[in-house]
Amino acid sequence: MSTIFGIPPQALFGQLLLGLINGSFYALLSLGLAVIFGMLNVINFAHGALYMLGAFVAWLLLTTAGIGYWWALLLAPLVVGAFGVVLEKTLLSRLYKLDHLYGLLLTFGLALIVEGAFRHFYGVSGQPYPIPDLLRGGQNLGFMFLPNYRGWVVVASLVVCLATWYAIERTKLGAYLRAATENPVLVQAFGINVPLMITATYGFGVALAGLAGVLAAPIYQVSPLMGSNLIIVVFAVVVIGGMGSILGAVLTGYGLGLLEGLTKVFYPEASNIVVFVIMAVVLLIKPAGLFGRER
Amino acid sequence: MATEIHAVRRETAAPTTGRPSMPGLVALAVLLLVLIAAPYVLYPVFVMKVLCFALFACAFNLLIGFAGLLSFGHAAFFGGAAYITAHTVKVWGLPPELGILLGTAFSATLGLAFGALAIRRQGIYFAMITLALSQMVFFMALQLKFTGGEDGIQAVPRGHLFGMIDLSQPMAMYYTVLAVFLFGFLVIWRTVHSPFGQVLKAIRENEPRAISLGYRTDHYKLMAFVLSAALAGLAGGTKAIVFQLATLTDVQWQMSGAVVLMTLLGGIGTLFGPVVGAALVVTLENYLAASNLPVPVVIGVIFVACVLLFRRGIVGEIAARFVGKRP
Repeated sequence: MSTIFGIPPQALFGQLLLGLINGSFYALLSLGLAVIFGMLNVINFAHGALYMLGAFVAWLLLTTAGIGYWWALLLAPLVVGAFGVVLEKTLLSRLYKLDHLYGLLLTFGLALIVEGAFRHFYGVSGQPYPIPDLLRGGQNLGFMFLPNYRGWVVVASLVVCLATWYAIERTKLGAYLRAATENPVLVQAFGINVPLMITATYGFGVALAGLAGVLAAPIYQVSPLMGSNLIIVVFAVVVIGGMGSILGAVLTGYGLGLLEGLTKVFYPEASNIVVFVIMAVVLLIKPAGLFGRER
Repeated sequence: MATEIHAVRRETAAPTTGRPSMPGLVALAVLLLVLIAAPYVLYPVFVMKVLCFALFACAFNLLIGFAGLLSFGHAAFFGGAAYITAHTVKVWGLPPELGILLGTAFSATLGLAFGALAIRRQGIYFAMITLALSQMVFFMALQLKFTGGEDGIQAVPRGHLFGMIDLSQPMAMYYTVLAVFLFGFLVIWRTVHSPFGQVLKAIRENEPRAISLGYRTDHYKLMAFVLSAALAGLAGGTKAIVFQLATLTDVQWQMSGAVVLMTLLGGIGTLFGPVVGAALVVTLENYLAASNLPVPVVIGVIFVACVLLFRRGIVGEIAARFVGKRP
């Protein structure tokens, strides 16, 4: 069998792998958005900017301090998470009593500031970030060649997504979190520090974005604009999946990444818009999203 | 749900009742005089830019301010119409008024399609859906043949209005733009003060209540969306004639963000706020372009300051302080 539907299998599997990689980032980012939305009722427009920040922190650690990939994988999410905690404490927390749209507008302004600042200092061109030594090279799987680093990104993001799902759905802390999402006032009355949980949730959500940024740095280059176009696709992913379920956000992320990869093989012109078209179709058939709940 | 909408009203409600108020009419007269005299004092192209963006912001404000719908994708209508107008005038050789009309019609049609999809969800989802749909238009503008990709459509001839008035004359162009702006502004004015506008406000305040009173709120929201999209298209088409240019900048999501900022800064839900906001933002961008400061950072800071400190916007604050806020 030399072709599948008239496409050489190398190209098909290559694009599917690329789709899976993109899907990993969609999943990590939409997971963070869903966790934040559940707790804060805010759509974090700055998510793309914070993803970019994560990549830049890794790059700066490497170029200025010589700190490599593995430490960056730990440090960059911590830095981004801490930055998120500061944002939540000083700015976002003032808006909870108002309409949720103000949260969206505030984080939009923050995204402009963060991206504009990095663009001002580092220009729009991408900075290369080397693949760590341990993950260089690749495996020949017989039907395709799998670069080690790409395999690692898929595995790492899957593990993080599943761990997050486990933490929220199966642990005691997660139970508090879910309870506070349903009814914060009642949970607070039981003596649980809800404002602290809100801050921690936001910090955790944006740390996920920072982690995604570090994972992305060796694949895509590190550039100030890497987050802004991605975030709009992720918004569409969130609309398609609905924000009701953690697992739904993850599955939708991977699924749409794969679909995008398939589109690149069969009809490349539409690959940029296929996610938006699917969003329109889902809105027509199931307005609450595939995994969402009708209010 | 009800408390959520209540919060919007507290922050954005303008002192608009069924009839145009006296201060409103005075403000309109002052605005008219200022705009007639403006090209003798200021650079006409600059004022025309302000007018195009002011109309764009007013169209956007019709949705957020009077129907409570935050669209984050209005660039699609503004830029889409700019492309259609530029193409029909340059390639098909249509006169400018027909080109602008076709651009407006295109945006209205696009608004019907996007609106029908977006009103299926509310609040934050509405904003995300409109943003995603407008990004689709952006990618189409990037890839389709007639839009010229990264270059856009350049050197669009201004032509002769109704075959008589030569628009390459700055003053002729200016008063044409002013007429277009006033037309759009008065349409919005009339809409807001009409029974239709009253129903929109009812939906903004309490949609379940409006439904229970027997209004088909989805129809009203969709009509408001189409009207807003059409007027945004009118602004975009006019802009394409004035600057003889339609580019990707017009359809980018940053443009959607800019119009949100203009409206927020001037005052959401006020008739004159978007005009003031557009004038300020365009002036600021002109000023910053000459300086060394990064524009997005300054815009972002103003955004954050508006959201945190004065959510009523400039005109909203003035109205609340001097005219007195009516319940």
